[in-house]
Amino acid sequence: MKPLIGVINLDHELEELKELTYFRCGAAVPYAGRYRLIDFVLSNMMNAGIESIGVFVRRKYRSLMDHLGDGKPWDLDRKHGGMFILPPDWNDPTDTSQGDLQHFHNNLDFFRRGSGQYVVHAGSRHVTKADLQDVYRYHISKGADVTLVCKKVDQLLPEHDACVKVEDDGNGHVVDIHQSADHPNIYTEIFIMEKELFLHQVQRCIAHGESHFFRDVIQKNPDGLNIAAYAYDGYHAVINSIDSYYRNSLELLNSGLYEQLFKEQPVHTKIKYEAPAKYLDTAEVKHSLLANGCIVGGEVEDSILFRGVQVAKGAKIKGSIIMQKCYIGEGAVLENVILDKDVKLSGGQTLIGDPSNPYILAKSTII
Amino acid sequence: MAKKEVVAMLLAGGQGKRLKGLTKSLAKPAVYFGGTYRIIDFPLSNCSNSGIDTVGVLTQYEPLVLHSYIGIGSDWDLDRKNGGVYVLPPHEREDGSNWYRGTADAIYRNLNFIEQFDPEHVLILSGDHIYKMDYEKMLQYHKEKDADCTISVIDVPLEEASRFGLLNTHDDYRIYEFEEKPPEPKSTLASMGIYLFKWDVLKRFLIQDEQQASTSYDFGKDIIPLLLENEKSLYAYPFEGYWKDVGTIRSLWESNMDLLDEETPFNLNDPDWRIYTRNPNQPAQYISPSAKVRNCIISEGSVVHGEVDHSVMFYGIEVGENSSVTDSVIMPRVKIGQNVRIHKAIIAEGLVIPDGVHLSPAPKDESDILLVDQEELERQLLEGMTSKA
Repeated sequence: MKPLIGVINLDHELEELKELTYFRCGAAVPYAGRYRLIDFVLSNMMNAGIESIGVFVRRKYRSLMDHLGDGKPWDLDRKHGGMFILPPDWNDPTDTSQGDLQHFHNNLDFFRRGSGQYVVHAGSRHVTKADLQDVYRYHISKGADVTLVCKKVDQLLPEHDACVKVEDDGNGHVVDIHQSADHPNIYTEIFIMEKELFLHQVQRCIAHGESHFFRDVIQKNPDGLNIAAYAYDGYHAVINSIDSYYRNSLELLNSGLYEQLFKEQPVHTKIKYEAPAKYLDTAEVKHSLLANGCIVGGEVEDSILFRGVQVAKGAKIKGSIIMQKCYIGEGAVLENVILDKDVKLSGGQTLIGDPSNPYILAKSTII
Repeated sequence: MAKKEVVAMLLAGGQGKRLKGLTKSLAKPAVYFGGTYRIIDFPLSNCSNSGIDTVGVLTQYEPLVLHSYIGIGSDWDLDRKNGGVYVLPPHEREDGSNWYRGTADAIYRNLNFIEQFDPEHVLILSGDHIYKMDYEKMLQYHKEKDADCTISVIDVPLEEASRFGLLNTHDDYRIYEFEEKPPEPKSTLASMGIYLFKWDVLKRFLIQDEQQASTSYDFGKDIIPLLLENEKSLYAYPFEGYWKDVGTIRSLWESNMDLLDEETPFNLNDPDWRIYTRNPNQPAQYISPSAKVRNCIISEGSVVHGEVDHSVMFYGIEVGENSSVTDSVIMPRVKIGQNVRIHKAIIAEGLVIPDGVHLSPAPKDESDILLVDQEELERQLLEGMTSKA
């Protein structure tokens, strides 16, 4: 029997990325040249052999559904199990559940039908390469009720402010969970728990009028659950602001981080059929990531170009993130800019942002 | 099975001997092309884009890669309940077992396959050409002419014409003569090896041809002359556009280089005519601060620290510091060390090129293209060691 079923819980994720989340949820935000944020957690689950995954969404999920499709890129188009996108649809007037408990309560069938005995819960804001099989083995070896995956960061950054912090006793046993700004052990929003216990806690919380599974079951821990902490030490980025999005994206130009994120285990995403990137005679490209389908005639430096971006001759791009199918006209100058999908810039435009506050153009803008 | 107007039969069993080391354990249609594709992606994508949803792929030589690559055809949108892609290897029968003896024999042995779709027309394709073609337009033409057979032709330069099968036609493109590689060409209309037949006519003549002792079981050599002899109506369908037989190392290299022109005669980026392929699922390519890349195509998953000029780079390649790749084609997952020079070469899939190695054709033979497979690499390394010693 497959031991794990996956839950990707987007209920508490706010649309924090300004223009990039005007029309899509955070999980659907493009990242690293050809992915969406949700691809990383889905690929982790896939690589751990998880065959049944529920995605609990609440808002702006059209583009997420478009991206996920039938789950085929993650091998989740299955006869048994597979991927289930579970939007809010609850019209039972007697239902008293609230918050993310609503999702869990109203989709008991998903949990019951899934053959796994343990629930792996995750969100989409923490980009990791967590080995969930290893987390599971750790969870069993600790005999814990819940295991939280934590990352001890070397340096606290602004995006860590909003994160939950975990204190353990040095033996992997959690003694406190809080949100102190200066604690370096970050909770990655990944936890693992036995399914029966999970569902039991869902019912208990609803009976008590609670609304937030993590806070009301694990953080407050009224039942005295034995909580373990798993120390994850691989690639980790928290994407919860434009600043963190921009900075963490461009840090992938550090080849060590690039290798860490991509070369050990594959990351899967929706399949597009683009030709390889084409560099014209006039192209000058360095220190950049480019996806297939790009045609580059100009200069690109310290930047990320998503699939199908065209950079005309004489255009200059530096420190920028250019999403799918943008067109940058002749002689345009872009510095510290984020262009969402399908932006068309005619020639000669100059857009300069500040590295600490990049200039953003929303999807399909034409200038 | 529901009736189909057209069934396509794709001849993919060819060994491709002239591609030497590239086809040692790979059928020619599975050879890599254009940074992310295999040759067979072109006819399969053409079928898909032309609305032909029933394709039989005839395999024979080294079929493993080809079979697993095609799979259920979902990458070309050919995973259908009614129709779709079928891989058709030679098989044993009550009356014995035989390999496909020729192009016509391969189709003859699959009469039952075609018959179950009860098609009006059968399209014969080969799996070793690079081109984009709307077969739907050819079908319209075929129907307008009420032809028994329509052969797609391309105008070739007179001086090269004798390399091809040439068709001599009346002004209305009705074919009256077919000459295989004639020394004195009478026309410049070369057959592209794409035939569209009325199924009942083809079936009759395949059966007839099979019973002739002298046949070589070949469309060009036997079936087409037989149809002409019997005064069937054959038309040439003039095709304009890029078409290349990538049967030799030289033509494979040239055809890859054609993609590099700014105004390439063969655009792979046309959103209205996508070329589908099995996605290798690689991250965005990484171009390092020390890299120089120009006049080239590079696919996802490649990491470039050195210099790449006028070359086609597949996916998952590494180019080390101070290395340069010029006028070359580098197949998938090749690891190129530091201080390597590669010039006018095709490097086969997955090779590891150690630091400091220089690979290029012999100086007196600059016109040649060096094919580097494992054997050639070992030979070069050995030579390098002896010349240093």
